[in-house]
Amino acid sequence: MKNYETVIGLEVHVELATKTKIFCSCSTQFGGAPNSHTCPVCTGQPGSLPVLNKQVVEYAVAVGLATNCTITQYSKFDRKNYFYPDNPQNYQISQLYLPICRNGSVEIETASGKKNVRIHEIHMEEDAGKLVHDEWEDVSIVDYNRSGVPLIEIVSEPDMRSAEEVIAYLETLRQTIQYLGASDCKLNEGSMRADVNLSVREVGSKKFGTRTEMKNLNSFKAIAHAIEGERQRQIELLEMGRKVVQETRRWDDNKESSHAMRSKEDAQDYRYFPEPDLVPIVISDEWIANIKASQPELRPQKLERYKKEYGLPDYDARILTESKHMADLFEATTKICQKPKKVSNWLMVECMRLVKDQDMDVEDISFSPVHLAKLIDLAEEGVITGNVAKDVFEKIFKEDIEPEAYVKEHGLMSMNDEAELKATIEQVVAANPQAVEDYHNGKEKAFASLVGQTMRATKGKANPAIVNKILKELL
Amino acid sequence: MNLMNLTAVELGKKIKNKEVTAVQATQAALDAIRQKEKAVNSFVTVDEEKALQRAEEIQKRIDAGELTGPLAGVPVAIKDNMCTEGMLTTCSSKILYNFVPTYSAQAVENLEKAGAVIIGKTNMDEFAMGSTTETSAFGETKNPWNTGHVPGGSSGGSCAAVAAEEVPFALGSDTGGSIRQPSSFCGVTGIKPTYGTVSRYGLIAYGSSLDQIGPIAKDVTDCATILEAISSYDEKDSTSVKREDYAFTEALVDDVKGLKIGIPRDYFGEGLDPEVKEAVLGVAKTLKDKGAIVEEFDLGLVKYAIPAYYIIACAEASSNLARFDGVKYGYRTEEYTDLHNMYKKSRSEGFGAEVKRRIMLGSFVLSSGYYDAYYLKALRVKALIKKAFDEAFAKYDVILGPAAPTTAPKLGESLSNPIQMYLGDIYTISVNLAGLPGISIPCGIDSKGLPIGAQLLGDCFKEKNIIRAAYSFEKTRTYMHSPLA
Repeated sequence: MKNYETVIGLEVHVELATKTKIFCSCSTQFGGAPNSHTCPVCTGQPGSLPVLNKQVVEYAVAVGLATNCTITQYSKFDRKNYFYPDNPQNYQISQLYLPICRNGSVEIETASGKKNVRIHEIHMEEDAGKLVHDEWEDVSIVDYNRSGVPLIEIVSEPDMRSAEEVIAYLETLRQTIQYLGASDCKLNEGSMRADVNLSVREVGSKKFGTRTEMKNLNSFKAIAHAIEGERQRQIELLEMGRKVVQETRRWDDNKESSHAMRSKEDAQDYRYFPEPDLVPIVISDEWIANIKASQPELRPQKLERYKKEYGLPDYDARILTESKHMADLFEATTKICQKPKKVSNWLMVECMRLVKDQDMDVEDISFSPVHLAKLIDLAEEGVITGNVAKDVFEKIFKEDIEPEAYVKEHGLMSMNDEAELKATIEQVVAANPQAVEDYHNGKEKAFASLVGQTMRATKGKANPAIVNKILKELL
Repeated sequence: MNLMNLTAVELGKKIKNKEVTAVQATQAALDAIRQKEKAVNSFVTVDEEKALQRAEEIQKRIDAGELTGPLAGVPVAIKDNMCTEGMLTTCSSKILYNFVPTYSAQAVENLEKAGAVIIGKTNMDEFAMGSTTETSAFGETKNPWNTGHVPGGSSGGSCAAVAAEEVPFALGSDTGGSIRQPSSFCGVTGIKPTYGTVSRYGLIAYGSSLDQIGPIAKDVTDCATILEAISSYDEKDSTSVKREDYAFTEALVDDVKGLKIGIPRDYFGEGLDPEVKEAVLGVAKTLKDKGAIVEEFDLGLVKYAIPAYYIIACAEASSNLARFDGVKYGYRTEEYTDLHNMYKKSRSEGFGAEVKRRIMLGSFVLSSGYYDAYYLKALRVKALIKKAFDEAFAKYDVILGPAAPTTAPKLGESLSNPIQMYLGDIYTISVNLAGLPGISIPCGIDSKGLPIGAQLLGDCFKEKNIIRAAYSFEKTRTYMHSPLA
């Protein structure tokens, strides 16, 4: 078999975090009864007209600046014409000829080092509604709540060569956009969507191979699998002496395979033309400067600050700043309890363990920093033991309970009363003559076993230092 | 006294002076409509009950001193492509035969704020596509001067309703001459304001970059008064312009001394009916006699205006009319096999021939491979036309020409030859391409007894120049009522 190189470019759709839609004042809130966040504009009523939400432009420019793009200071919207019931006007207002940002790049880091992925353009557009097919009643119903939710589409150059690079690129984009506050970028909820354009070519070849576009990728895992699968499929075709057909393919997460949706031959002619209902967007130098000035701290700066200001090791600072949400949680908790390293330990160890156990996204962590800060104080003051603290943390993580009240209610305070502990330990010693004998015969393990028995007897509440002390006395 | 013989402003004055109530005025309009509709068919919808109820409310507010404007209590008809909350709005198309909007167009709201009483919705060419009001799905409107002739279009219903004196005034819309041409055919006055002056919010779009709403009435005073009432800067319409001056009635001055009027030779060449030519040149002479400086000049590019207009308007229309698909509102075919079949059948059955022709034309010129050759080229022609007007307005305050090459053709004569019909728009469409204001005023009657209209054009935002010139000319003659009045 020949040696092949994979060439990948990405089209990433990101739903912007504006309160209202791109062309009307309807709410963008998720959920809500079907068609409750709608008006004449976002349901395509005759005579209605779009009015651009300024915040959309500001977010798009902010993302463009953070990804080193040139901002198009005279930008326009175009209409993309196609018929589908989720699209109430039967055209989507998008940008083709003069997109808001062009010629950017982001730096990614993989095991093989750092590299730049170039961004071809970023354009603004509106999202469509949602079709619900009721097989039972044999009808289709449409919900326009999502119709008109603002999106940006970030189109990369074909600069990636592996799934690893694609994931690194997406992680970098996600991090940057989350830090900007422009979107929450949740792949599973669709606020970030990636279409993968992939082709293969013989190593050393200058010409690109025929590419396919893969849609419906809802997780990093699906993206990685889809890339591997498509790469194999194209190589197999070429090895058999056949050709790759330029087409759009749909990834099926359950079957872990893709199937052709439509080929280039039946690609629609979108009949793009300038949107006559909107005036050109003119972005002054001053406006760009203002957006730049109000840009929040991005990850690289935050990473450095965590090391300097909180004295955290590089490792901690990296993990905490990987997600803006995690970093916010860290800062809020630290602000209350003033113990950065303790907070960092809790978040990196216990919190991340639970995130993995629950197969959750870091973005979905929802407990209050006040509760974590309180828990750290309780443990530090010796009110509860380390073991109990771990159990209470799990409660905080899952149900966001108030730890002090919870500890009191369930009698989880650590046992510091020597007389009380002495009585318990005496019972343990009496019940385990073998262990006592082993200890006297120099087996250190036997001591640990007796401590363990004591802890079990006190449901983990016994103060370990006191237990050690008394046990040594008794033995 | 026939209240409908009065102009809107005269009737408004009588209401203000308590000589007539708003209810009496409304009743007079409803009576006139009942009498004349069979002959003229200018309305798609008349809502008697709502109109009378509204007239009563208005009268109370007039009595309470809350409404003092010149249009308070005056009945009005609205072209059926402007949304009216709770009132059928069809664009004279089968595809919207049952469409009741949930909101009103901004221009309609502005009129309601001024206290006008909406009587109903007027007939038009389907989706404003046509120059005769014959493409309506609800039957053609007839010319009140001779019911064997068309009223012009696409605002033919509004112009016929005013000429037949069913209502004192009406709103129309003008994409390529749809106010000015039927006004000239019906012997009434109509203004197409500068693009961006009247909000398009709620106007069902034909060619978005060209559409403007404007007044149709018996005289210039009415038109200036109505334009003042309906114009506003509207945040809901991104193409709306915040103007410094909306006081159009200030230009109602009988004085054209020193006003520079240009006569484009290109507008008086081949194809112009000699009787129309003579009448329009008569206007020039009258204004010259009153002290205006009249000069002939070459405007140029006239022959490119029609193709450029039909490419741009149809391209926009093909996209604007995509939303009429049977999914959300309006007509849906009864039987269908799947989504595509439903789209195809609903649209095939719901749209008329002229609308389909323009959707196809527009889809074609936007198709990949043709976009540059047609659409982009048309936009370049549009820019050149604007430039030619800019140069002309550097020299002249007003440009004078005919509103149409002929007087109203006979019913049925135009539709058989669409190219001929399109050529009839030659004097009006450049104005839309350049975004200029234009006014059409009656200036004579031809040997067939049909009205002739002259058109005065001004530079962008210079409505006052054309209002003043038109008003001065109007002062030299008396309004001629149509035989159906």
